[in-house]
Order: sequence, then C-alpha cells, then structure tokens
Amino acid sequence: MKYDVVVIGAGPAGMSAAIRLRKNGSSVAVIDEQHAPGGQIWRGVERNSGPVAEALGTDYRKGAALVQAFRACGADYMPETQVWQIEEGWNLFLTSGGKARRIGARVVLLANGAQERPVPFPGWTLPGVMTVGAAQILLKSGGMLPQGDVWIAGAGPLPLLYAIQLLGLEGRIAGFLDTSRKPGIAALTKLSGAWRDIPGLLKGARWLRDLRKSGKMVRGFHDLHAVGDGRLQYLEWQSAGERRKVKADVLLVHEGVVPRIHETMALGCAHEWNELQNYFTPRLDGWGETSKAGLFVAGDAGGIGGWLAATLSGEIAGLGIAKHLDVSFDAEGERHRAGLDKRLASARALRPFLDALYPPPTASIADEVIVCRCEEVTAAQIRSVAKVSAPDPNAVKAATRCGMGPCQGRQCGYSVQALVAEAHGIPPRDVSFFNIRPPLKPVTLGEIATLGDLEDAS
Amino acid sequence: MNADLLVIGGGLHGLSAALQSARRGVSVILVERHFLGRHASGATAAGVRTLGRDPAELPLSLEAAKTWHKMNALVGDDCGFIACGQLQVAEDEVALAKIQARVRGLEAKGFTHEKIIGRIEMRELVPDLSPHCLGGAWVAGDGSADPHRTIIAFRDAALRAGVKVVEQCLLTGLQRRASRWIAETSAGVIEAGTVVNAGGAWADRVAELAGEPVRQSIRTSMMVVTERTQARVKPVVSSLGRKLSFKQTAQGTMVIGGGSQGRLASDRQSASVDFVALAASVGAAVRLFPALKGLRIVRTWAGMEAMTEDHLPVIGFSRKATGLIHAFGFSGHGFQLVPSVGRVVADLVCEGQTNLDLGAFDVERLAKERAVA
Repeated sequence: MKYDVVVIGAGPAGMSAAIRLRKNGSSVAVIDEQHAPGGQIWRGVERNSGPVAEALGTDYRKGAALVQAFRACGADYMPETQVWQIEEGWNLFLTSGGKARRIGARVVLLANGAQERPVPFPGWTLPGVMTVGAAQILLKSGGMLPQGDVWIAGAGPLPLLYAIQLLGLEGRIAGFLDTSRKPGIAALTKLSGAWRDIPGLLKGARWLRDLRKSGKMVRGFHDLHAVGDGRLQYLEWQSAGERRKVKADVLLVHEGVVPRIHETMALGCAHEWNELQNYFTPRLDGWGETSKAGLFVAGDAGGIGGWLAATLSGEIAGLGIAKHLDVSFDAEGERHRAGLDKRLASARALRPFLDALYPPPTASIADEVIVCRCEEVTAAQIRSVAKVSAPDPNAVKAATRCGMGPCQGRQCGYSVQALVAEAHGIPPRDVSFFNIRPPLKPVTLGEIATLGDLEDAS
Repeated sequence: MNADLLVIGGGLHGLSAALQSARRGVSVILVERHFLGRHASGATAAGVRTLGRDPAELPLSLEAAKTWHKMNALVGDDCGFIACGQLQVAEDEVALAKIQARVRGLEAKGFTHEKIIGRIEMRELVPDLSPHCLGGAWVAGDGSADPHRTIIAFRDAALRAGVKVVEQCLLTGLQRRASRWIAETSAGVIEAGTVVNAGGAWADRVAELAGEPVRQSIRTSMMVVTERTQARVKPVVSSLGRKLSFKQTAQGTMVIGGGSQGRLASDRQSASVDFVALAASVGAAVRLFPALKGLRIVRTWAGMEAMTEDHLPVIGFSRKATGLIHAFGFSGHGFQLVPSVGRVVADLVCEGQTNLDLGAFDVERLAKERAVA
C-alpha cells in the first residue's frame, strides 16, 4: 500500500495537516498510538463529558470540533498503531494488533509531539513519583485522580493547568513546590510580544491565584529528595538553611516538555540546539520540511509551541506537502489568504516569555542518582566514564549500557549529554546526542520474523 | 608527536597490537578517528569461536582460544568471557552431512577441537532447541565475551603499558620520508618508524594513503538485541547454511546476528538496518527457539567491518612500503583473533618476523593492478 502522505500522530498538527491535504485530494494515512484522535492535549475529548470535560477547560473542549472534522476528512486513520521504523524513500514499518506490516509514502509528516523533559533527582524512580503529564493522561483517560497527600514539584504551564483541573474535580493538593526561578531581565524583555496574547497571560495569573488559595506554595528551595521504603513516603528539601520533611503519597514532577526527536535523529536529519530550553529540534524550512527531502515535521515535534501553534504549523506543512506533491499548487497564495503566518505569530507570542520564565533546570545531578532507569546507571558511573572517553554520549553508552534499554535513551539522553559536557567543560550544545538505533518502538521477534514474506506481498 | 610505532585504528586489533608492542619496550601512539571501539569492535556479537573456522586461520584461532581462557594475564580482566560453548546445529540431513565431513576433515589434519554431537546430547545442552534439529558440531571451550568490557580492558591495559591514545583524530596523509613515516592527522603531524594499519572498514583508505591500493569491501552485518529474559540458552548457537548466530548475554538479553547485511550509505561512512533482510536471521532464530517469538526487540544496528574477497584477513608487511604492517579485513570474524593477531603484529614490529606462516593473509592477493598510464 502506498499513500501520497503518511502522517504520524493524530494530535492538533497531524489532524490539521490531514484535513488540509484531503481538501487537495491527496491520499493520506494517519497513524496514531492512541485508540482515538486528539493527541495528548485532546486525549479522550470525544468521550469525556460532564464534570471531567468541564474541569479540563475550554482549550480542551475546543478539540472536539477538530477531531470531528478529522474523522470526516477521508484520511485512512490507523489508531493503536506503532511506527517502529522509517526508511528513506519512504517506507514505514508498523505494528498493530500484534502484526507487523509495511506501507509506502511519497511524503512523511512527523506530528508526534513532545515528551516531558526527564529530570533525575534523588528518589525519582520510587513508585509514587510520576510525571504531571502521566497524571493528566489518567485524568483524561478515565477521570482518575491521585489519592492521599499529593504534591506537585515543577515549573511551567502544565503543572499549574493540571493543578487547576484537579481542584476543579474536588481533588486535593497538599502542596506545590515551585521550581521556577524568579523572572529575570530576560523574561521581562519578552513582555512586549507577550501582550499580544493578553488572554493567555491573564489565564496564567489566574491559575497561580487559585492554586495559592488551596494548598501550600513552596518557593526558593533546593535539593529535593523523594524518600521511602519501596515506595514514596516523604519529601525532603532544603529551604532557608533548614531541612524540611513532609509526608507524601504521590509526587508529580514536571520540568517542561521537549520535542520528540528520535525519528529525525534516527534518520540523520540536521538538528539545531535551542539555547533557551536546552533541546534539539530538527532544522526545518518555512514549510516544515527537514533536511531530508519529503520528510516534514509539524507541531511540537518541531519545537514547543502549544496546541494552537501546532494546528497552524500542521496547516502550513499540509500546504508545503501539497506543493511538494504538485509543483503547480499555489501554496504561497493559500498560506497568505488564510492568514496563517499572522495567526501563527499570535499563537506563538507568549512562547518567548514562557521559555525565558521557565528555563530548564541546570543543577548538577548528584552522583548517587540513577540517570538511566532501564539499565540502572548512576550519574557517578557516567561521570567516571565520561572523564576518560571522547566527549561523545555513544562512548558512555557503550561503556555503561546507559541508554541501551527499551526506552532507547528517551529518559536519559539529555542528562547524559549534560554530564558529558560537564566532564569535559564544554557547553551541552557541543555534545552530540545518542545514535538512535531502530526499532523506534519495541517490536517482537515473531513480528520481525514474518517480515520476510513482505517482499512477495508488496 | 613522534613514536617508534603509530597504530591507525582504535578498534580491538589496533589496541591489541599497540598493547603487545608497548609491552616489549616500543613507544606507541594510537590514533582513532571517532572513539575507541566505535565500529566493528563495538558492534560485534563478541563470539569467541574456533568452530567452523577456515583452516588457514586455525593456528591463530587456537592460540587465541588459549589466551581467552586466561585473559586476565594479558589485560587484567576476563573481558566477560564465558566458556559456554558454541554449537552449530544441522536443521536437515544435508547440513548434517556437511558438518560431519568438516569435522572428519579437521580430525584428518590433527585438529580435534570440534566434536560431533547427536540429538540427545544437544537437547541436554540446549533444552529449548526446536526438536527438528538433527545434531551438530560442538566446541565446549568456545563461548562469548562482553565487547564493551573487552574494549575497556584492552584500552586500560594499553594505557598502563604506556600507549598514547588519541581519539577524535583523523588520518589525512601518510608519507615515508628518510626511513620515517610522516602522518598528517587532524591532531597534527605524527612521526613514527613503523605504522600498523588497523583501520577496519576504512583500512583500504589507509593503505591507499601509504601507496598500496587494495581491493576491499565493507560488511554491514546487522545485530538484534532483545529485552532481558530469564536465563534459558547457555551456549552460542548457529545453524549451518543459515544467517544466524544466537546467544544470551550475562545481562539476560538475547543477541541475534549471523551476517544479514544492512545498507551501506553511499559515502561508506555509515550503515543502516534493513529489516526485511534482518527477518532472515530473526526468522532462523525463532525457528530454532519458537518459545522466544513474543520477546521484544529493543535495539538493532548494522556494524561496519572490512571484508576481503576470500573472507580471510590481511596480516603482515606491506608489499609496497617499508615499515607498514597491515592487520585488517577480518570479514566479520575477527573478535576471537584479537589476542593472537596482536601478538603476531608485535612480533613483526619488534623482530621483523613471526613464527606463524602468514602466507594466506598476504596483502599481495588483494593488490589493485596499476592503471595503465
């Protein structure tokens, strides 16, 4: 089976691009790991109603219309399907329902979004410690709320949003450990841009006020430890020269999100370093095309911008792809008539302010902390190897097994990069990322074994 | 920088030659373009195998086998070597006849390391093996090692012996002047009396810089690693006539290789995995071990390694340039030979000769004919 376009991800960007491409008559397949469209932001939007939908807020409910339009657009939608290998040219290897298969495409659009930035700290691997994003998935998937003494530690819009959603459903938060630093000059210089999106800015201020009313707000602390025998029991931190300790059953952590780059890294695309947020993004042209012809990226996978920017970048990528498929297509004209650039600039207006307000944590990882959860490799082990190796995370990987587990370095990649940079006294941007080895998602031996039959089938 | 010996290539063969030369009082600089063990040495399944070797390699291989059993004495670490045995199974009568003929042929030449075993003995060694396997060849003293631990052990031993290792150092020129080699590198000029070419997949480039173009291609053998599972397969298992080698590591992961080839990039600097081709090896593995079908693959890769026309390495002095010694072209089965080839190369460096007949490994057989002017 060969499509004009295969889109990976049925979130805001993927759905918008698919709808746009179907208008042009392209054959489109949209592959997604979830069982229903919407992506992370609108997970469960077709099903959630009543108090849960109410608590999830107006931005969440806005997703229903786009999901409906996507369902009706005529793209081949493949839910609960994993893409585990992409070959240039383009071939995509998929698994669904325990069966592997291959489809072809003239163009591939990666709209697979972001992941939470893993930030290792003492005790982060204890049961009871999870990310805010994971907690929000539980909320969106079945209205599940964390029980007991729930603490949130982190910075950025998502913990605030989740806290408000939780409070709206009569959930309780014992306290919020705000890890953001005071807005410095850098954040203030971005304000003029931010004022173009006043509703967004005010919403942020309202979140903060509601939260302060309901629980303990802790600022200006450091050295957070999650402590417990077999599972989380206490939190400890250092504040004003004192060691504080509180009882905790659940700790939700969040230090921002970073683009998913495993696919573009595995394919050898050129990447750029985001100096404000310390992450790589694939280098994209004005239409979202990567350094590999016929491979496009839209949405947060190309740089964090939020759902509205994702829908607009999806539409722009859709136009760019339409032009790639048919050079006579007037993509520029369509782009101008739809006012996409103006709307995108407005959607992104708050981003420089947020990026400066919530810089990624830069504290050095303590020696005893496990950095690679899959292979249980500590910061000390990585440091000792990094000191005597070339400044390359792959040398650390070979010597320690760090990044060799099932998550393929998604959890430890940036931490190892930072530790290598630290050991050699060079900036992280000068240290490369792990070489990403396929499969992009675990696939079984039995599934691979049956691929031999593909040559005849295709 | 200058030294008695410049070793080009920081894979295991370069490290072994550097280590064993330095132990004999030679000053050694080793240059590596990326980081130590970046390519074949880090991508290998690390089989320690005398089983099924070309007879030309057997003297080197049997010497190396002895060293593997006391690797501590050479590098101060056992390199994760486990003498778990290597088993080559026959899945049909034709394969069985071939194995029997080979082992009888070896015995006629006085080599007794391979034994023929039957169904019952084989099932005792590997209970999970599919019942359709008829018998096979068995070498109890063979096994496998941990490639990364081996690299670290050889590196640390080489450093202790005084080898100067320069990583991220690309060779760009190599010239013989006044009975010295002048090597231009990205880290500056290095002078040395003798050069060892252990450049792996790019050894032909080194040979060409030294004025001795050779015919050499690149193997891109693919490997698969699964998630960890309970210990169930002890020996390394291969199947005659199939692209399969299979082992369970000390960590509990299953490693499947056997020579299915990936895709070589057009610039010959990288290789990528071809899953349809890989399905041949994985299919062979699940035929032997049907119970493992549900095991998840976590990683695959395609390593890069020099391959010669006859699949034998090049070991010995250059035919064109004085003071140049080649050690490359191991064609996918050089890991086990690391200790003995390093010993032989050190002999050549220090004595100008060695006790083993290197005739089968002569570079001359791969010399490119000079283009007609």
